[in-house]
Amino acid sequence: MSLFSSWGVFWVGVLDWLVSVETTSETTAFWEVLTLQDYNSRIVVLGTAMLGAAAGLVGSFTLLRKRALMGDALSHATLPGIALAYMVTVAWGGDGKSLPVLMLGATISGLAGVGCILWIRRQTRIKEDAALGIILSVFFGLGVCLLGIIQKMETGHAAGLEAFIYGKTASMRLLDVQWIAGAASLCLLACLLFAKELKLLCFDEGFAGSEGYWVTGLDSLLMGMVVLISIVGLQAVGLILIIALLVIPAAAARFWTQRLSTMTVLSALIGAASGIVGAIASGLFSSLPSGAMIVLVCATFFLFSLVLGSQRGLVVRWWRRFQLARSVRRQHLLRAVYELIDWKTGANSTDRQIPIPISQLYPRRSWTMSQLQTEIRRAENQGLLQKNNAQVQLTETGFAVAERLTHQHRLWELFLIHYAEIAPSRVDRDADAIEHVLEPETIKELERLLQQEETQRSLISPHALSDPVQHAAANRSDQVSNTGEDEGEKL
Amino acid sequence: MDLTAWNWELDGWIVVAGILCALASSLLGNFLVLRRLSLLGDAISHAVLPGLAIAFLISDSRSSWAMFVGAAAVGLLTAFFTEWVRGAGKVDEGASMGVVFTSLFALGLVLIVYTADRVDLDPNCVLFGSIESVPLDTWQFPGWEIPRAVVILSGVTLLNLAFVLIFYKELKLTAFDPDLAKTLGVSPVWMHYGLMCLVAVTAVACFESVGSVLVVAMLVVPAAAAWMLTDRLGWMMTLSAGLAIVSATTGHLSAIHVPRWFGYGSTSTSGMIAVMCGVAFLTCALWGPRYGVIIRWIRQRNLAWQILSDDILAWLYRQEEKGLISTGPQLESLPADLHARPWRIRWSLGRLKAQGDLEFDATIRLTEKGRDRARVLIRSHRLWERYLMDHADLDQQRLHDKAEKLEHFTDQEMRAKLHQEMSAPKQDPHGSEIPNEHP
Repeated sequence: MSLFSSWGVFWVGVLDWLVSVETTSETTAFWEVLTLQDYNSRIVVLGTAMLGAAAGLVGSFTLLRKRALMGDALSHATLPGIALAYMVTVAWGGDGKSLPVLMLGATISGLAGVGCILWIRRQTRIKEDAALGIILSVFFGLGVCLLGIIQKMETGHAAGLEAFIYGKTASMRLLDVQWIAGAASLCLLACLLFAKELKLLCFDEGFAGSEGYWVTGLDSLLMGMVVLISIVGLQAVGLILIIALLVIPAAAARFWTQRLSTMTVLSALIGAASGIVGAIASGLFSSLPSGAMIVLVCATFFLFSLVLGSQRGLVVRWWRRFQLARSVRRQHLLRAVYELIDWKTGANSTDRQIPIPISQLYPRRSWTMSQLQTEIRRAENQGLLQKNNAQVQLTETGFAVAERLTHQHRLWELFLIHYAEIAPSRVDRDADAIEHVLEPETIKELERLLQQEETQRSLISPHALSDPVQHAAANRSDQVSNTGEDEGEKL
Repeated sequence: MDLTAWNWELDGWIVVAGILCALASSLLGNFLVLRRLSLLGDAISHAVLPGLAIAFLISDSRSSWAMFVGAAAVGLLTAFFTEWVRGAGKVDEGASMGVVFTSLFALGLVLIVYTADRVDLDPNCVLFGSIESVPLDTWQFPGWEIPRAVVILSGVTLLNLAFVLIFYKELKLTAFDPDLAKTLGVSPVWMHYGLMCLVAVTAVACFESVGSVLVVAMLVVPAAAAWMLTDRLGWMMTLSAGLAIVSATTGHLSAIHVPRWFGYGSTSTSGMIAVMCGVAFLTCALWGPRYGVIIRWIRQRNLAWQILSDDILAWLYRQEEKGLISTGPQLESLPADLHARPWRIRWSLGRLKAQGDLEFDATIRLTEKGRDRARVLIRSHRLWERYLMDHADLDQQRLHDKAEKLEHFTDQEMRAKLHQEMSAPKQDPHGSEIPNEHP
């Protein structure tokens, strides 16, 4: 909890500062940053926005491919390459800190890392998670060694290289932004060109292979894009936090949609927004590490999506489950009434809309009296039944619905008896679990299968309808675990 | 090796600290690797950063106790959040880990910068550690002066050892069969969070010495290397401990000496320990006696050679059946029929000749010994064809290919069973005679 509170304290601090800054002389500087009048902040915001968008785009594919942490291993694996590139150029009398050379080194060792991971996974019994752990830590260790050597070299110092680990967003230059823009547009182009292929790769690798797509090639394309993003991102947010940009926006976007195209666009937008907000925030408080600020903004987006996401958010899923549980309870009530009618009048009676005493309804299922009363009131509001004194009577609509529900229930019971060979005494409970989710097509199919069209409106229960009281005693223990909540999860 | 620069006061303590780090981590690492949670170790070791920062903020000191409590709390939170985001949010496990640990790490960085004016805590130190400065910070004991880090690390190592020994059975059960564990009344959830708590504590203890990323090396790499060598958990733990000790020792030695070979000064010991762990893993992965890449490659090669030899003998036997016994077939006709490269055929022929299965000059003839071996193969082949036809209802076109694969792995007992099962068949589905087991 201390974490939450510290997070809260942090944001409160930010707000405090924002309020206080309005009234001080720093106001002009503040507005300069916020409205991007300052050349430097324009550059930084542009760079991080593009980086966030590109990482979000690529990240949504790696997330769906379940390779989210590949970026983690990969970005750690770039460190020895950077150090080696520096050493080699210095040894040849070069500048050592020229960006293209360092990036080339980073690319080579990043790719070598990915190669090693694939080799370990394919050739040994080590699983993917351990392979990632081995490569990221050993490569990083090698990088640390090489940095240690560089620090003691007479010709140079490693100060500049550490920017790769933490990032140096604030001092981003036009050249860096150009690199990011190049990488981002390359990734966008690749994603547009291979949209269909990448989609197949993410959702059904086997099918993609059988359709004649070159799965290894597509995988390499995806990994290539991750390498590209990681390497240009090293400069901006550092090698530990670039992984956040590759994972979090995509994971956040996933809560809002079921469509890949929407998800990629949304993920890119979230990435860009985090970049912009984070960069502005760190521009305002120059002491705060900018990479970390970007990631925290990202995390805030994620938390927001996790709770409120329109497709998979917690609230939406809770609401759906609640609705389902409610409709299941209503169906239970109606069927209980109908079965009591059946038991009292027999299937061939003409006058079937007789009133049923609630006291007889109560032992039919494992509900408490207050639950039962609530359900009856709700059904009454919906016009399904009427309550007089201690009796309930189905309306026309209610009777039709109850008849249909019971019909479905008994169809499924028959199916279980005939095709799944389940004992008649047990089918009632098994059918209970599925009757609420049977679709009209399934019902038709069942009717065809069971050749019961002629008795369609008045299917007789395949097992003896027990005396209500005994029946309930038998049911009560069974149904304790069989609440609506459970059934909601099974969907 | 030049050991003149070796100083027991300094290097001795550094090696001891390295060994203790490696031991403490690798003990727990075995279970992380077996339960496929290696990256949770990575996640936790990054994510304890805010725990440290908050502990500093609250206690206003670098007291070890506050650090441990803060780190263990955040370590548990990481494990819990990861599980929660995965379960409640239905996010893929890797992604949920990525989300949680990067966010916590970022929060930690911000908090550290925020508190920088009050407490001296360098993120560099957390990431890379400084094992070289271990001997400088000592605690006085009666008659002894022991580095603080060594005392703490010994404590953590003992704690981990006790945990692993006391809950050995439970850990083993939850690692291999969580469902069985549950039915036996061992809660996998408790074991999980207990393990995670200790991982966090270990990570903090090792931070100062080797840094957060390299804790991952010690958690995962020796255990993975040991897993390449054995199937037994007890052995795996022993081996990983041994490998950890070796890597830590050689790591420090090579940090001093390896760069000198290239004309540089010494380098970071913690980095070199990670590299040595990697070397140990590579060695085990390549040369492991059962699962090693090389031994498996050799086994595969041997099998390929054996199958080729079998094919040559069977081919010769069929030629004899067709009545070409007197002259023997020409050498040149072999490669085209057997779909193998000429040099491999020639090599196999040489081997078969050396074994006394055949003799050849311009033509090839089977010896008695070779004919026996070939007869058995042909018998297996045709029995299988018959069986697949009669009992598995296999398409006639595919009979030959299937039987061709099975014939190499059919022993005498199996042949006798097939023979009996089909009540002593005389012919295969193509009408060829099934030879007897003995002439």
